[in-house]
Amino acid sequence: MTPRQRRITWVVAILAGVGLAALVAVKAFDNNLLYFFDPSQVQAGLAPKGKSFRIGGMVTKGSVMRAPGSLEVRFVVTDFAHSVPVRYTGLLPDLFREGQGVIAHGRLQNGEFMADEVLAKHDEKYMPPEVAQSLKASAPALVTPYAPSRDTP
Amino acid sequence: MIPELGTLALVLALLLAAMQAFFGLAGAHWQQAAWMQVARSSVLAVWLAVAASFTALTLSLVQHDFSVAYVAQNSNSALPLLYRVAAVWGAHEGSLLLWALMLASWALLVALFSRGLPADFRARVLGVLGLISVGFLSFTLLTSNPFARLIPAALEGADLNPILQDPALAIHPPMLYMGYVGTAVAFAFAVAAMLSGQLDTAWARWTRPWTLAAWVCLTLGIALGSWWAYYELGWGGWWFWDPVENASFMPWLVTTALIHSLAVTEKRGLFKQWTVLLAIFAFSLSLLGTFLVRSGVLVSVHAFAADPSRGLFVLALLIFFIVGALTLYAFRASSLQSEGGFAVVSRESFLLLNNALLVAAAGLILVGTLWPLVMDALKLGKISVGPPYFNVVFLVPTVPLVLLMSVGMHASWKRGHLNLYAKRLTLIAVLSVLGALLIALAAYHRPGLPLTLLGFSAGLLAIGSSLIDPWAQWRRGQALPQAVLGRAIAHLGIGLLVMGITGVASYTVERDVSLAVGESAEIAGYRFTFQGTQPVEGPNYHAIEGRFQVHEGERTLPDLTTQKRTYRVQQNPMTQAGIAVAWNRDLFVALGEDLGGSKWSMRLQYKPLVRYLWIGALVMALGGLIALSDRRYRRQTVIP
Repeated sequence: MTPRQRRITWVVAILAGVGLAALVAVKAFDNNLLYFFDPSQVQAGLAPKGKSFRIGGMVTKGSVMRAPGSLEVRFVVTDFAHSVPVRYTGLLPDLFREGQGVIAHGRLQNGEFMADEVLAKHDEKYMPPEVAQSLKASAPALVTPYAPSRDTP
Repeated sequence: MIPELGTLALVLALLLAAMQAFFGLAGAHWQQAAWMQVARSSVLAVWLAVAASFTALTLSLVQHDFSVAYVAQNSNSALPLLYRVAAVWGAHEGSLLLWALMLASWALLVALFSRGLPADFRARVLGVLGLISVGFLSFTLLTSNPFARLIPAALEGADLNPILQDPALAIHPPMLYMGYVGTAVAFAFAVAAMLSGQLDTAWARWTRPWTLAAWVCLTLGIALGSWWAYYELGWGGWWFWDPVENASFMPWLVTTALIHSLAVTEKRGLFKQWTVLLAIFAFSLSLLGTFLVRSGVLVSVHAFAADPSRGLFVLALLIFFIVGALTLYAFRASSLQSEGGFAVVSRESFLLLNNALLVAAAGLILVGTLWPLVMDALKLGKISVGPPYFNVVFLVPTVPLVLLMSVGMHASWKRGHLNLYAKRLTLIAVLSVLGALLIALAAYHRPGLPLTLLGFSAGLLAIGSSLIDPWAQWRRGQALPQAVLGRAIAHLGIGLLVMGITGVASYTVERDVSLAVGESAEIAGYRFTFQGTQPVEGPNYHAIEGRFQVHEGERTLPDLTTQKRTYRVQQNPMTQAGIAVAWNRDLFVALGEDLGGSKWSMRLQYKPLVRYLWIGALVMALGGLIALSDRRYRRQTVIP
């Protein structure tokens, strides 16, 4: 091979590699973008049907219910304008509490959100940014601009 | 008094760092030997000032000075001494101070161990490091002074976040920061090379040990973080593709690429422009990581509510250094021509592929990490990119990477023939495939995921291939050069890591169950019997401890205990998992909550080969350390 041919081979190989990587990335991207909706958006029918998404808000006080001894738990997530019932089977995170912010991942089924993952962050003062923003509109008094800094490095 | 001295020391450090930057860069530019000497001396002064400031904060924490806001927010009189010291870097302000100390320490090391460097080159390196110090010290002073007073003083502290009250926290952040900040040294070397126009094999030889040292720290820091997450907050997960994890992983990938590209620049004088670019990228990604963590723009387990002005400041620093370095690069890159060529099958080609794949992986992770920000900024909706994306885009480049690595390690420079090793490599490859089949079918009785067999084969191949050189030398009774031995061990670590990831990803069994006392549940042939709970008192928490009897078939294993802790001050519950470690698996029990009806929820997990993840990372770091001790880095000859 002449140096020129060799260079062209390299360029073609690299372009092919980059193209392939881009293709894979776009494909993986499409399947794994998780949208976030607040209860008002869900009730307005904006959330996708039959596809996973994330919902966030506050756990309504007094809404957490479970049959004694059962791993299945039901609670209501609210943004103080609308609310969505959530059902989840499994261990709840340590910081899951009524009146606290949560994010749940799952899909909508007959008006109920079937969660396969529930996240509550480490800090009792912390509110997930999405939740804070969606609450700013409906319940501004609950949202402080930011809590005192407390973070893991 | 002590906090004011701390602030004073910080201001002093800022002024001294400015001196270091000015006299270093200007002294080299105008060839003023005296100025360059000033720059060099101010490095020690900066270090002393930052260390004094750091000591002041440590003392304030140790002595419970709750009139300091940082202490009041992150400590408590019941907090054990170890965690009071660790609280220095437990929150934003203090961790910036740690950043500054690490940077000053690297600069000091460069000043001490660079007698072999030409004076003007060294002055430029120290000048650039000084400039970075100025940026971070002013960031600390202007937006996040850890010594800010709280008036009136608090009577009692709000305590350190319970999740951080763990021995691994004492070493994870310093290690990680040491690595993060270490990329600044490679960056400073690259900028100095562009300024002086000297970018030759000698430059690569000077840069290599520093890059390697940063890489070792980064490797250990990430591994510690993963281990900590595993037993402390992850409920048994070891990697979450969390933005902050990605923020530490991207610099690691690029630094790994840099180490390899530097090898080519040193040995063959090739890839010069690329090497410089990688050094810039590695540091930029470290800064980006700092920005992501500190600005709170991303949803992450690490980023809590943060001050937007801080984010802006780091963003400004980020833009200054990246744009500055890239502008310099645009003007100077053409003078950094590489000469010579290489055959298609040569070590250079393999290293080129290594770089392309590592950078591709880092790039794809970067896209996934930043995409939510872009979407949000464009008002296209709030999204997050799920772990499946990262799994796919990470595996696509890394699977070929590990396979190529096993072969490429034995390729010779410049012209390609693998004849010498072809036979041995083929044999090892065949044995690896057989070994993988054996592990999957005999030990775990099922092929697992589509990639399981490939993963085990690649891991075994990497291990076998790494051992070729040490084994051959040992047979001949010769000593290996440290660099070659280190390389073999580091690559062996990759093999172990791949085995661990494959095992734990393919054969993990996880079950959430609800058990009453005396009831049992079985996973993967292990029977867990719930023995009940009892209260336990800790120094600053009380806990409920669940006890489990574990049986493997007929054999009784030691009991496992797991705690649900409630820290007295913050009242946050925390789960302390019970983990039984064996050479081939972990058993993991985490206590959930009282479900009523005398039942408790709990998560049982069987994690095969999970330890090899961290062992692999440790072995990689060990390989790096051994390579670092190679004699040729210690040669103190002055290169004119």
